[in-house]
Amino acid sequence: MSEVCTPTLQEISGLRERNAISLKMAKERGKKVVGTYCLFSPVELIVAAGAIPVSLCGTSPTPIPAAEKVLPRSLCPLIKSSYGFALTDTCPFFHFSDLLLAETTCDGKKKMYELLGRMKPLHLMQLPQVQDEAALEYWILELKRLIRRLEEEFSVQITPERLASAVMLLNEERRSLKALQDVMKRKPAPITGIDLLTVLHNRGFTVDKHEAIELVNRLTAELTELAERGVSPFDSTTPRILLTGVPVGVGSDKVVRLVEELGGSVVCFESCGAYKKVDPVVPGADLLRSIAEKYLRIPCSCMSPNHGRLSLLERLVDEFQVDGVIDLTWQGCHTYNVESLSVKHHLQQGPGTPFLQIETDYSESDTEQLRVRIEAFLELISARLGG
Amino acid sequence: MIAAGIDIGSTGTKAVLFDGAIRATAVVPTGWDPAGAGVAAFRQALDAAGIAEGAVGRVVGTGYGRVSLPLFDKKVTEITCHARGAHFLHPETRTVLDIGGQDSKVISVDAEGKVVEFAMNDKCAAGTGRFLQVMAGVLGVSLEELGSISAGAEPVRISSMCAVFAESEIIGLLAKGVDKGRIAAGVFQSIASRMQGLAGKVSVSGGITFSGGVALNPAICRAIGSGLGAEVLVPAAPQLVGALGAALVGFEA
Repeated sequence: MSEVCTPTLQEISGLRERNAISLKMAKERGKKVVGTYCLFSPVELIVAAGAIPVSLCGTSPTPIPAAEKVLPRSLCPLIKSSYGFALTDTCPFFHFSDLLLAETTCDGKKKMYELLGRMKPLHLMQLPQVQDEAALEYWILELKRLIRRLEEEFSVQITPERLASAVMLLNEERRSLKALQDVMKRKPAPITGIDLLTVLHNRGFTVDKHEAIELVNRLTAELTELAERGVSPFDSTTPRILLTGVPVGVGSDKVVRLVEELGGSVVCFESCGAYKKVDPVVPGADLLRSIAEKYLRIPCSCMSPNHGRLSLLERLVDEFQVDGVIDLTWQGCHTYNVESLSVKHHLQQGPGTPFLQIETDYSESDTEQLRVRIEAFLELISARLGG
Repeated sequence: MIAAGIDIGSTGTKAVLFDGAIRATAVVPTGWDPAGAGVAAFRQALDAAGIAEGAVGRVVGTGYGRVSLPLFDKKVTEITCHARGAHFLHPETRTVLDIGGQDSKVISVDAEGKVVEFAMNDKCAAGTGRFLQVMAGVLGVSLEELGSISAGAEPVRISSMCAVFAESEIIGLLAKGVDKGRIAAGVFQSIASRMQGLAGKVSVSGGITFSGGVALNPAICRAIGSGLGAEVLVPAAPQLVGALGAALVGFEA
């Protein structure tokens, strides 16, 4: 597997560090910063309040030992890492945040947020865990409560005009991210899954949305051109893997690395930071309702039932010509771990795509065991492809 | 063509020479030098067959030590190899149970011996050969004796799956004066229920073949068979199934 590199890929690899600096400068100009942890955060409202939304760190194993002094060891690594970053003040984006925005998604997170609220002002949104009409009405009230909090906190007014332009901006961002990921539908994909993941991860920390959209568009153009010339680190026989399950990012990417080191190509991430994110707000007469609808239909495993994830997966398996699905679940993530069985059955009864669940954490201690499983999974796929 | 399969496991290294039928086999302890053990097992098998290294067309490596040998023409995981080996010995095999030194797995295979799906134990020694070794150590008997003292004994319940916790549990049982034979039977029962749990993760059907060094112990085979409520096929040399599978991959390539 030879690496493919483009000028924009190179630029994006150093983005996270540069973003911390531009965030500090924006703060010095009086800009307010709202840190988010989850895809359920209605970023439109933050943008309409004139503040900068930033993703907060939570994908590195480094601060986990610090978090384990307070939190139970058996908690999921994502929650421990997020809390550890805050505790050790090692996430610049957390450091510069004026307000944290959080949601009651899973039990571990919502109780962790209670502790986090002692360190910084935190606004907790009560997220319903079912996707029906009553839940939507409740969720709209929660969006209104957030609007009041942002208006009071930052002494601004979120006008319908500002909200409309925020929706346009974020829909444009989603369109650009979808176009980027859709380049991977090409067979073979023009870049590695680890490169795509790095781009998606680093981009999350950008301060200027317009700049980030332009950067992603530029990268998409470069990659399309590469794909047209047939440039790829893979060939047409490389098994194409879709990764579903828990959020992944730089630092919690060992499974992605192993898949590609062992001869697979991760072509699609059906996860929060990637394809789950590209679903747009469909603007209707009541814009706030349209925003609420968009966020409430996110197919996260904290929802019950969560049929949306199964149909999204089935669609992506087809569109990305996927040869195998790997369901990555973190230890202690009960919702994704239990839901894995439904995903397996759905794939078995539907497209019949080979399926592998991996339960692990951020540490490297099980790398050798994972290597055997992933390699055997790729052998199984190659045997099927070979007839 | 003569093909060689070399399975470098955490405890034992196995070699099989195959030319349409099994020509020779060898088993050596892996020890601290997996690469050295791989070469030693290969040489031993060559000597037993009375053929020169140059006569071997293809050498396929498997097992956790498969990465460490330049001798290999190809490397294949033990999951694929156990499936192929078990299917060759017992063509009716649709499920392979394998308990090795440091892991255990359940593999479901199709009519051609191809892997359909599999499940492995998580990062822990529960239900592996290492678990048995530790428990035999606590009881002060060899692995073979562990089997013989358990014969006919009513198994005592050992609730810890974790090798470390089970060790303390057994020390506690010994302190209470519980008979060693009953503890040994309990250890086998514990491994069997662990395998039952693992088997629940894949669709177990048809002939069940039990491979890996642990299957040399008849008491364990009985415990697993009664746990699954099915007859379990045990090859004459269950520890060689992985190496045989590797040789088959080389032979058919």
